[in-house]
Amino acid sequence: MNQDLSERLQQQVLNAANTSQPLQIKGSGSKIFLGHVAAGATLDVSAHRGIVSYDPVELVITARAGTPLRELEQTLSDANQMLPFEPPHFGLNTTLGGTIACGLSGPARPFNGSVRDYVLGVKMINGRGEILSFGGQVMKNVAGYDCSRLMSGAMGTLGVILEVSLKVLPKQAAEITLVNKTSLPQALDTMNHWAGKSLPLSAACYDGEHCYLRLSGAKTAVESARLLIGGEQHAASHAFWQNVKEHQHPFFQSEQPLWRLSLPAEGPPLDIPGEWFIDWCGAQRWLLSNSSAEIIRQQAQQAGGHATLFRRGPAAAHTETFQLPADGVMQLHHRLKQAFDPAAIFNPGRLYPGL
Amino acid sequence: MKKKPFASADEIKPALDKNRLVAKLREILPRDAVLFDEEDLRPYECDALSVYRKLPMIVVLPGTIEQVQAIIRLCFAENVPVIARGAGTGLSGGATPVGDGVILSLAKFMSILKIDPLARSAVVQPGVRNLAISQAVAAHGLYYAPDPSSQIACTIGGNVAENSGGVHCLKYGLTVHNVRKVKIVTMAGELITLGSDALDSSGYDLLALINGSEGMLGVIVEVTVKLTPVPARAQVVLAAFDDVVNAGIAVGKVIGAGIIPAGLEMMDRLAVQAAEDFAQVGYPTDAAAILLCELDGTHEEVAEQILIVREMMQQCHATEVRTARDEAEREAFWKGRKAAFPAIGRLAPDYYCMDGTIPRKHLPYVLRRMAELSIEYDLRVANVFHAGDGNLHPLILYDANVPGELARTEAFGGKILELCIEVGGSITGEHGVGIEKLDQMHLQFNDEELIQFHAVKHAFDPTDLLNPGKAVPTPKRCSEYRQLPTQGQNRSSQNGAQQA
Repeated sequence: MNQDLSERLQQQVLNAANTSQPLQIKGSGSKIFLGHVAAGATLDVSAHRGIVSYDPVELVITARAGTPLRELEQTLSDANQMLPFEPPHFGLNTTLGGTIACGLSGPARPFNGSVRDYVLGVKMINGRGEILSFGGQVMKNVAGYDCSRLMSGAMGTLGVILEVSLKVLPKQAAEITLVNKTSLPQALDTMNHWAGKSLPLSAACYDGEHCYLRLSGAKTAVESARLLIGGEQHAASHAFWQNVKEHQHPFFQSEQPLWRLSLPAEGPPLDIPGEWFIDWCGAQRWLLSNSSAEIIRQQAQQAGGHATLFRRGPAAAHTETFQLPADGVMQLHHRLKQAFDPAAIFNPGRLYPGL
Repeated sequence: MKKKPFASADEIKPALDKNRLVAKLREILPRDAVLFDEEDLRPYECDALSVYRKLPMIVVLPGTIEQVQAIIRLCFAENVPVIARGAGTGLSGGATPVGDGVILSLAKFMSILKIDPLARSAVVQPGVRNLAISQAVAAHGLYYAPDPSSQIACTIGGNVAENSGGVHCLKYGLTVHNVRKVKIVTMAGELITLGSDALDSSGYDLLALINGSEGMLGVIVEVTVKLTPVPARAQVVLAAFDDVVNAGIAVGKVIGAGIIPAGLEMMDRLAVQAAEDFAQVGYPTDAAAILLCELDGTHEEVAEQILIVREMMQQCHATEVRTARDEAEREAFWKGRKAAFPAIGRLAPDYYCMDGTIPRKHLPYVLRRMAELSIEYDLRVANVFHAGDGNLHPLILYDANVPGELARTEAFGGKILELCIEVGGSITGEHGVGIEKLDQMHLQFNDEELIQFHAVKHAFDPTDLLNPGKAVPTPKRCSEYRQLPTQGQNRSSQNGAQQA
């Protein structure tokens, strides 16, 4: 199963570049819903797979882009380690490459950091069909521009990710979740208050009625934090957060458009009609709403953030997925796109129209 | 003027009239904020890597973002290179002037604009010192985590430009992990915001790209940093070893046990002896190496982990294991480590501080090769090592007044960086490439990769005016470099004592 298809993929990219034929880069297709479907022939990366190196003591794993995320996580788990950013899978065969390209992180994000925070190095094919390596397999590396972190969240528009090196961390010995009934404003205050203390917090969300605080760490540390924070202990902590991460929580079972608002964590609730699920201490707010994209994006922007149409639903089939950045930043997007992919063959339109 | 795609700074010679440029800059700035006499320019001729010196044409000291924009627009129109400068504590020559360029000092941007304890963030101007941020927010039980050795003096703008590290990176990350938002002025004079007050922003992660870009992509004019809760408890274990290999094994054991220390530092015999002579903190000077392992977090977890770490050290045949009993002893343990660079500096007229990263498992091999190279080049080397994240700081001792010794030092240093690449590491962990490691960039990156870097640069700065000639070598130098017998031959040879 494990095989290195770098050369074949490179040849496909070269052919596409020479004929200016667009390519739709595909792993398992688990996040095909995110962004508009790119035009072009499919470049299937999923068979380019396998863990290239992993030495638990070094806290680094390197794997090919098509490696299934569950295989990677199982390997780490066997060595009592984990991906600290808890990436959502949204499918059975989700690949590492798609995880990096989409740049999504799970409930631990505000405490452990994001996908890009753990990217140490990337091997990729650029739009000229060149195989390039950036970063490396060491924790500290400031040689050259940080092109590897740049690939995280770029939705495959800058190149084909071939291989990724990630920093990994030990799993925590104990985990519990404390549940407290409260209001939204109070929950935002509580979550951010505790996040500012020296406590083993690893997730914090609010489902509209209850605030959920997850504690992960040494048994004794978790226990003393439990006594300090108080509240009822969740009977199935792991399953709860798994469902939040994978959008299997009842909140997400809806036909309405699902918006992801990325906002300053401590900011007040926004006045947009719909149902809310607040994660990341308030920094990631999920909204089920039929309000117009303009209103949602305007409010998100005024509050210091942005809004992504995460799942369109039938009603919003033609709305753009991602919020456009400011003009100056958008110009840099176009110039960087040109720098990596001069013939504009990779995932055209997946992230922004015309990019 | 039409330029070649990879013209170096020396090749770009715009028809310049210094007096005319001074006059135009004085329309933007007060008289005392435009320096052009040689004696006023002298303090700006180098950064902390003082073997490289060059007088700039002009130094400007703006006080507002609007002034920065106006200066940059002027320089862009006149095709004049601009080099942003913070405190000048950089160790790779990243702020070295070019003779026909303007040094844009951000020294006047010294205000902390906002502290938000609930958001755990602070908005600061780029000239604010690293340590000053932590001091300003201490009352809220928060601090700014990255702590480069120069943190008393270095500024946050420079930290972002270099993606600075420190001794706590393994647990708390580098600058890139601790910055939420950066405002930059591009070479077109435009003020743009990268990142946001949320945890991410739409589109490409330009915030990650600007970190460590060595002043080549934009001038950093405002930084929003993430603040971290001060741990309830921090405690340090000191372990001595009579064999460096055992110390290396102990590092792996601690991490293998699932413990991520806040700091994990190693010093070799020469470094330990120098630090003890200098700081008198009670280090065991007969040890081949010592490890300092700091654990932080809640009282309970630190108490639990201290016991495990002590046990690990003993299993790895530590000759002595001490736990700091109180804050005073903890500070004493660290005092020696923090004084290591100046302490080693007393052993010779000059020293050259290297900075490379390796996968930890190769430490014994790298140290052995370094000892061999030390004999080969007839230069002493002391090692201070951020063992937790594989970041080596070999300090080569030399005397710049002995003819040829600096060149030999640079050649030795080059060999150490090659050694880092050989074992799968990097030529720089936290000091940056600057002009110091341009040659070794060819070892770590091929021409296609270097060309890609240049393309990224040109996306921000199409005419190569921002800090030209730094960080990324021109690909054509590749062949030239490989023909050079040593790297040091054509460089100036002035005193190179380092402050880190």
